[in-house]
Formats: sequence, C-alpha cells, structure tokens
Amino acid sequence: MSAHQGAKLAEQFRQSGKRARRGTFLLVLPLLAFLMATFIFPIGAMLNRSVEDPTVATLLPRTAAALRSWNGKGRPPFSAYSALADDLKRANLEGTIGKVATRMNFERAGMRSLLIKTARVAHTFELPYAQAFNAVDLQWSEPELWGALRHASASTTAGYYASALDYSRTADGKWHQRAEEDQIYVTLFIRTLWVAGVVTGLCFLLGYPLAYFIAHLDERSRNLVLILVLLPFWTSLLVRTTAWIALLQTNGVVNDTLAAFGGERLDLIHNMTGTLIAMTHILLPFMVLPAYSVMLSVPPALTRAAISLGASPWTAFWRVYFPMTLPGAAAGGLLVFILALGYYITPALVGGRTGQLISNMIEFHMKTSLNWGLAAALGGILLGGVVVLYILYARVVGLNRLRLG
Amino acid sequence: MAQPKKTFRWQNVEAGVNRGYAIGVLVFLLAPLFVIVPLSFNAEPYFSFTDKMLTLNPDGFSLRWYRDIIDNPQWLEAMGNSLIIAIASTALATVLGTLAAIGLARSNMPYRDFFMALLISPLVVPIVIAAAGMYFFYSSVGLAQTTLGIIFAHTALGVPFVVITMTATLSGFDRNLIKAALSLGANPMTAFYRVTLPLVAPGMISGALFAFAASFDEVVTVLFLGGPEQRTIPRQMWSGIREQISPTILAVATILIIFSSLLLLAVEMLRRRNAAHTPQR
Repeated sequence: MSAHQGAKLAEQFRQSGKRARRGTFLLVLPLLAFLMATFIFPIGAMLNRSVEDPTVATLLPRTAAALRSWNGKGRPPFSAYSALADDLKRANLEGTIGKVATRMNFERAGMRSLLIKTARVAHTFELPYAQAFNAVDLQWSEPELWGALRHASASTTAGYYASALDYSRTADGKWHQRAEEDQIYVTLFIRTLWVAGVVTGLCFLLGYPLAYFIAHLDERSRNLVLILVLLPFWTSLLVRTTAWIALLQTNGVVNDTLAAFGGERLDLIHNMTGTLIAMTHILLPFMVLPAYSVMLSVPPALTRAAISLGASPWTAFWRVYFPMTLPGAAAGGLLVFILALGYYITPALVGGRTGQLISNMIEFHMKTSLNWGLAAALGGILLGGVVVLYILYARVVGLNRLRLG
Repeated sequence: MAQPKKTFRWQNVEAGVNRGYAIGVLVFLLAPLFVIVPLSFNAEPYFSFTDKMLTLNPDGFSLRWYRDIIDNPQWLEAMGNSLIIAIASTALATVLGTLAAIGLARSNMPYRDFFMALLISPLVVPIVIAAAGMYFFYSSVGLAQTTLGIIFAHTALGVPFVVITMTATLSGFDRNLIKAALSLGANPMTAFYRVTLPLVAPGMISGALFAFAASFDEVVTVLFLGGPEQRTIPRQMWSGIREQISPTILAVATILIIFSSLLLLAVEMLRRRNAAHTPQR
C-alpha cells in the first residue's frame, strides 16, 4: 500500500468517525432542543429580569435622559423637573403611571402613592416646576428621591442583586448594607444553608446506620427492608407532608400520645421543627441508598483482616470500614444538601412563619408582591449556589453514580 | 457471603444496638404512612385516633371520607387531569430520554459529561426557579393555563429519571450482541426490536414509571402554570392542606399510597428481571 493510499484511508477513517459522532449527537439532539425550549431558556430569560430594568427608561424617557447628566449630588438640574412634569402628565394620560409607580416603590417605600398623586395634578404644573413639585409633596425636595429615580432610569441594574443581599443605596450611589437586625434576605439565605446543613447531618446520623444494617442482612430480608425504605421514597410528597401534619399537630397523634402519658403538648409543626422533621424524612432515602450500595461493595474480609492483625473492632470499623464507605455517604449527603437548598413545598405547608426558606420568598415575590426583578435576583443567587454544588457532584461523585433506588 | 457476626462475638452486641437503632429509623420512615391509612377510616373529622378506634369498636370506623371523594366531582376531575398529564408527559419523556440515553451511552458522544449534566439538571434546579421561568416564558407563547404547557413542564422534570435509569441499563448492555445479530443476517431494525429492545425494556419501563410518579406528584409548576381547568390531584391536596384540612385528604392519601406501592413493586420486579439478565461486573 502506497503512502498516498494510506493517507486516503486515514482520511476516510476520520470522516466516518466524524459521521458516527454526528449520528450519536443527533440522538441526543431532540431532548436537548426540547429542554432548551421548555426549561433552560425560560430559566435564563427569567434570570435576565434580575438585571434588566426598562420600566423607568421607557415610560419616563425625558426624565431618564435629564437625570443621566446629573451626578447625584446636591439638587437635580432644572431640566429634570420639567422633564418629569411632562413625563408624568403623559404617563397619567396613557395609564402607564401605575407601572412606574410600582417599580419605583421597590426602590423607595412610599413612592407609589407619591408618584400617582403627583401625576394626577402634573397637567396643572407651571414654572417654576420645582416649587410646583414641592407644593404637591415636600418629599420632592429630597435629593435621595431624585437619586432613586436616577438609579431606576438606567435600563440595566445591579439593584435587584443589591436588594437581594440587603444592600440599599444613598442618592449619590453609595452602597451600604442594612443593619444586621434589619436584614431580610441574607438572614433567609443563612437560614436556608443552616437548614440544608442540619437536614444533611440528620440524614447522615439516621441514614448511615440504617444503610449499614441493611447491607449486613441476608439477601432475602435485605430486599424486603430495601422495599420498606423505598416505599416512602415513592409515596407522594404531599401525602407524606399531610401525614406529618396529622402526626405532629397540636391535637395530632404524637401530641395525643404525649398527653396520654401526662406530658405537655409540644409545638411540632408550623415552625422550624416541622420543616426539619418533614424534610429529613423526605430526603433520608437519598442518603441511605448510595451509602448502602457502597457498603455492599466493601469486602467483609477487610475488617476481619484488620481484627486478626490486632485492631479492636472499633478501630477496624473506624480505620478500615468507615473510610471505605464514606464516599457513598458523602455522595448521598451532597445530593441531600443540594436538594434541600431548593426546598419549597414542605416549608410552605409545615414551616409556619419561622420555617420558611429562600424558595418561599422567591414565590412570594413572584406571586404576591410582584417584584419579579428581586425574585429573579434571589433565584439567581440560589441557582448559582446549586449549580456550583452540582458541578462539584458531577466532578467528584460522577453523574453515572446517580441511581434511583 | 460469609456472616461475620457468626465469627465475632463483639459484633453480636454491636449488631444488636445497630439493629435497634436501624429499626427505629425504619419506624420513623414508615410511621407517617402507617398512621395515615387507619386514620382515613376515622368516623370523626379528627386527625387523631378516637377512643372507639383504639378499642377497635366498629362504630369508630367509617368510609365516609372515601364517599366524599366519589361525591365530589372536583376530585374525580382532578384524577382525570392528573392521569392525562402524567401519561402524556411520561410518553414524551420516555421517547426523548431513551433516544438521548442511547446517544450518551456511546463512547463517541462528544462532550458527554457536559450534555449529561445538562439533561439531568431538572432534577436539581430548585423547582420554584424552574416554575417561575416557565411561568413567564409559557405565558409569552400562549402555553400558560393550558394542559399542554403543564405536560411540557412535567416532561422536562421527568426526563432526568429516564436518562439516569436508561444510561445505567445501557452501561451494562453488551454491544457485541447487536454485532452478533447483524453478522447472523439480521437487519438493523430486526436487531433493535429482537435484541436491544427486550434487553433494555426493563430499564426503560422503570424510568417511565419514575417519570410518571414524578408528574403525578408535581404541584409547583401546576400552581404557577395551571388554570382552573388544570387542577390535578396534588393541586387539590395542596389547597386542601392550606385552606381547610379535612380527613378527605387522608382518604386520597391512602389511595395514593396504595397506588405508589404498586408502582414500586412494578419497578422492583423489573429491576430483579434486569439484574438477572445483566452479567455481574
């Protein structure tokens, strides 16, 4: 075979390899396209709302332009007053003032009513405009108010992320974090991390010994007990949550039992305790199953060898068995932690006021306060954390180790 | 496998302690389910056992909460909606997920880990974030408040289950079997239907059952995307728990427990079958 033919063959080989790779990718493509359209793109577009902020720039365009030339120090330029009078008049006519007012209210409490009140009389304003504004409400003489308008008039903003971390800013644009006792979202993020950590710890304390027990049963009873572990795993989340309400409420089974033995009734639900109990219960199988499958792969001869070499049973367990099974438990723990961070249903139903997590706050801003930018920023921070941990899971544990039951 | 506890006496003590603790954990896992079932037969509208129930007096039990379900058209309608949505999204997720898993299981898949991570991501993305994104986007394309919108949402959430179980099944699949079939004269279609499919079917069905259970239990996207026409069983339970919690919910819960037990048993049987067919590696 000549060198020329060899090169041709190599080229053909490469071509067919390329074709085969393309064919393989085509198998994945339909699902990828489907998820892009129904899941990934919608989430991306939603997160975009955390930085985009077109309301004031488009609905009060002249004001936005006039304030852009102002450095935020001292009094705003006169052009801003006349521009705002003009914009408010138009917004009132076109019925868009409500949108602007709602948007500005996120920036500064009380601005909704102020803007609506001012817009209603803006058509009567005459020179000098500054006095006309102050005649409606003295708040218009405060530079901070104009500063808030100026910040909102840019079409992109870091403001939602700042609010999501409890930062607010003065008229000249300096950031400062709220005092610790006034912080809402940072407190909630910390609480969410804390709950995820405690639930992971509880799952380990309950799940590791259970997995050990199952792994050391004979095969028949092992399958039976595994089914018992999987049964709650398969049972509807709402069913399990309902069950915990029935069990833990003031006149529920647990408290009735306590009372029958002369004990005091405890507040076990509609608070943090309820959230922790129900979440641990729901996430426990995610810890037991990976720990169990790793334990099955540890040859029993190893601990026996350690003991025959003079280790105490405890040393044999602690120095030989535990390090070998830790990866399974850690994999389970990481998954539990990731899932716990985004928990919504259980805290919403059994968390009461004190057991709410960050997801519940996102839902509140989505559906009740309608502050979608803030909801998106809170979601962006939460999702960022989850994605980092997910990548860690994929790298360290491996996604092919993810098994369901 | 040798039983170490027969060889070492210390393990008898340890195993005893461990067994007691493990049984305690099992009780914690199962208690809610085993409390809810008898409570659903309570003759009184309470969430606790009455004296009559504790003494097993037949007067303390009744089927009134089950009659409530049948008498209430909302529950029946919700059942219908749940089934339609779950069946449609399971079918879609199974077809898309199986194709993708076949691709992912091949050694020449480019950027395999990245795509795998992307396709499984609906499992770990916080559900509220996903539902919020879907809410805006589906509204803008006219899919909000439609059954199709919820089917798409549930398909996206069910896909990871199919991908995970199918890639696991396919990793134990010996591709030489296809080559053998082809060399013996089968055409690729015949090889697929007669060799590949029977071997991967158990994995596919259990992935589908997982996806079905996920859809049948999903409430958050329904809360965000669904209108009054799309009330599902979990949606009904959600408002039942939030508004006026009545023992009817316990009766529904009992039915769902029986239902999920059947799903679990089906998956377990499939797994055993599958394990018998796959060589130990």
